[in-house]
Amino acid sequence: MSLTSLRRRYLDGETTPTEALSQLAEEIATRDPKTGAYLSHDLHLALKDASVADLSKPLGGLPIGIKDNINTIGQPCTCGSRFLAKNYTSPYDATVIRKLKEAGAIPFGRMNMDEFAMGSATENSALQITRNPHDHDRIPGGSSGGSAAAVADGTAFAALGSDTGGSIRQPASHCGVVGLKPTYGRVSRFGLVAFASSLDQIGPLTRTVDDAALILQTIAGHDPQDSTSLDVPVPDYSAEIDLGVKGVRIGIPKEYFGEGIHPGVRENVESRIKQLEGLGAVIVPISLPHTEHAVATYYVIAPAEASSNLSRFDGIRYGNRAPNPANIIDLYHQSRELGFGSEVRRRIILGTYVLSSGYYDAYYTRAQKVRALITRDFKQAFETVDAILSPVAPTPARKIGSCAEDPFQDYLADIFTIPANLAGIPAMSIPCGTTSFDGSDNLPVGLQILAPHLGEAMMLRVAKSAEGLA
Amino acid sequence: MSHDPIDVRYVAKLARLDLTEAEVAVFQSQLEAILGHVESLSAIDLPGDITATDTQLGPLRDDQPHTSLLPEAVLLNAPDQAQSQIRVPKVVADA
Repeated sequence: MSLTSLRRRYLDGETTPTEALSQLAEEIATRDPKTGAYLSHDLHLALKDASVADLSKPLGGLPIGIKDNINTIGQPCTCGSRFLAKNYTSPYDATVIRKLKEAGAIPFGRMNMDEFAMGSATENSALQITRNPHDHDRIPGGSSGGSAAAVADGTAFAALGSDTGGSIRQPASHCGVVGLKPTYGRVSRFGLVAFASSLDQIGPLTRTVDDAALILQTIAGHDPQDSTSLDVPVPDYSAEIDLGVKGVRIGIPKEYFGEGIHPGVRENVESRIKQLEGLGAVIVPISLPHTEHAVATYYVIAPAEASSNLSRFDGIRYGNRAPNPANIIDLYHQSRELGFGSEVRRRIILGTYVLSSGYYDAYYTRAQKVRALITRDFKQAFETVDAILSPVAPTPARKIGSCAEDPFQDYLADIFTIPANLAGIPAMSIPCGTTSFDGSDNLPVGLQILAPHLGEAMMLRVAKSAEGLA
Repeated sequence: MSHDPIDVRYVAKLARLDLTEAEVAVFQSQLEAILGHVESLSAIDLPGDITATDTQLGPLRDDQPHTSLLPEAVLLNAPDQAQSQIRVPKVVADA
């Protein structure tokens, strides 16, 4: 059931928030022991909120799962890490949580994730494995794997995730749900545990495009507590959502349809594009020539920013502190070594290296310049098209434990999602059928829609039309 | 942008990370491989008008005091505390 349908049932008196939450808790008890989407959930607290839910508010009484890197007062915020697993309770609400609560929603459940949002499989969670509900031997994607898996599994109506290089869209694709990354700065990052500050955005994972628009409507907006937050009014995202695609110019970038894409993914995506053309969309071949450099650019910038952001985890004010340090420096070293998993440590070292004296210009400054080229590619493309379509991932979900030995081979799978983060433009994934892959049938495929800066309304409009073609 | 081999131990020290010998060896080869891929950025022809991407920041707020996290809330998560302060090992060595 979608969030919108649940809301209608509340207003029609067919059910209540208390009943819906109790039912959800039963679904979690039945299915989540296998799926592992939830790190924790506080039914008692949620039921208290449900009993006084104000149904006149836009999200009144609607439970929403929260990726475990978004601070929610009084609740854990593990970030999927041993560093914060046992001894951190959020002392404040992130702005998105405050906005959800003001709109009547009930944040319910802390969703599993790759540690500090670093990963594309949720295998890097230090706390537990999350399994893809479509095939329990496969990854749900990452880093918002718990959020995506819960929505797919029917153990959450909707969830929040965060997206730095694809971490909402790719798990949405692998799990067959909708995932939306807003324009950089459209949604406040205050209270989101930072991974890469120039790339991170919070966004919804939902069953339908309408639900994504509903949540975005609430969480978007200027926040004086986030200096990168855009001071631009939030439009009514539902106003144009049903306008259809007649006359809409849709760009198909040749660089996103090259070699290495699984045939089933290609077939499903190309078929959906053809159907949109049948509805009156104008299909325009375009080129985004610097796409091939996106992954390398990202894997300089993101680890660099992460190495800076994660220096706050020093064992002093919160989180894991080493028990018997020789001195304060030793305390830092030991706390961090004991608290961080290997992917996090690898990226911190990579990031520290590219920012270090003698290498900063050669790596970080250069990557930021290439990033500007990638951004320019999109600006130029959007002079001739209104939206861009592509696959989300080259293949459907792989098996758990089957990652490549060379980490960069896994990083390359993020090729289609990373550019939108580098350019700061909005992008979303919607379900686009299923296919067979690597011994399994009926694995979800995702279709990515990209739009210009602050073009969420057009993106949602194209997404809604494409969704309806399923 | 061809580089000298990464001194993983030195970089780990900068990042305040302790690594075992085995980890140093694994990270050495993995990071060399990653940097090998990243080398491709050095070959790109950059147009003269391209500058490094700058994240746009909004105007800074007025310098007025306002309520932030209260000390009690901050101390809730402190691994060790005393006298309303976070307690840490000695920072300054004895004379």
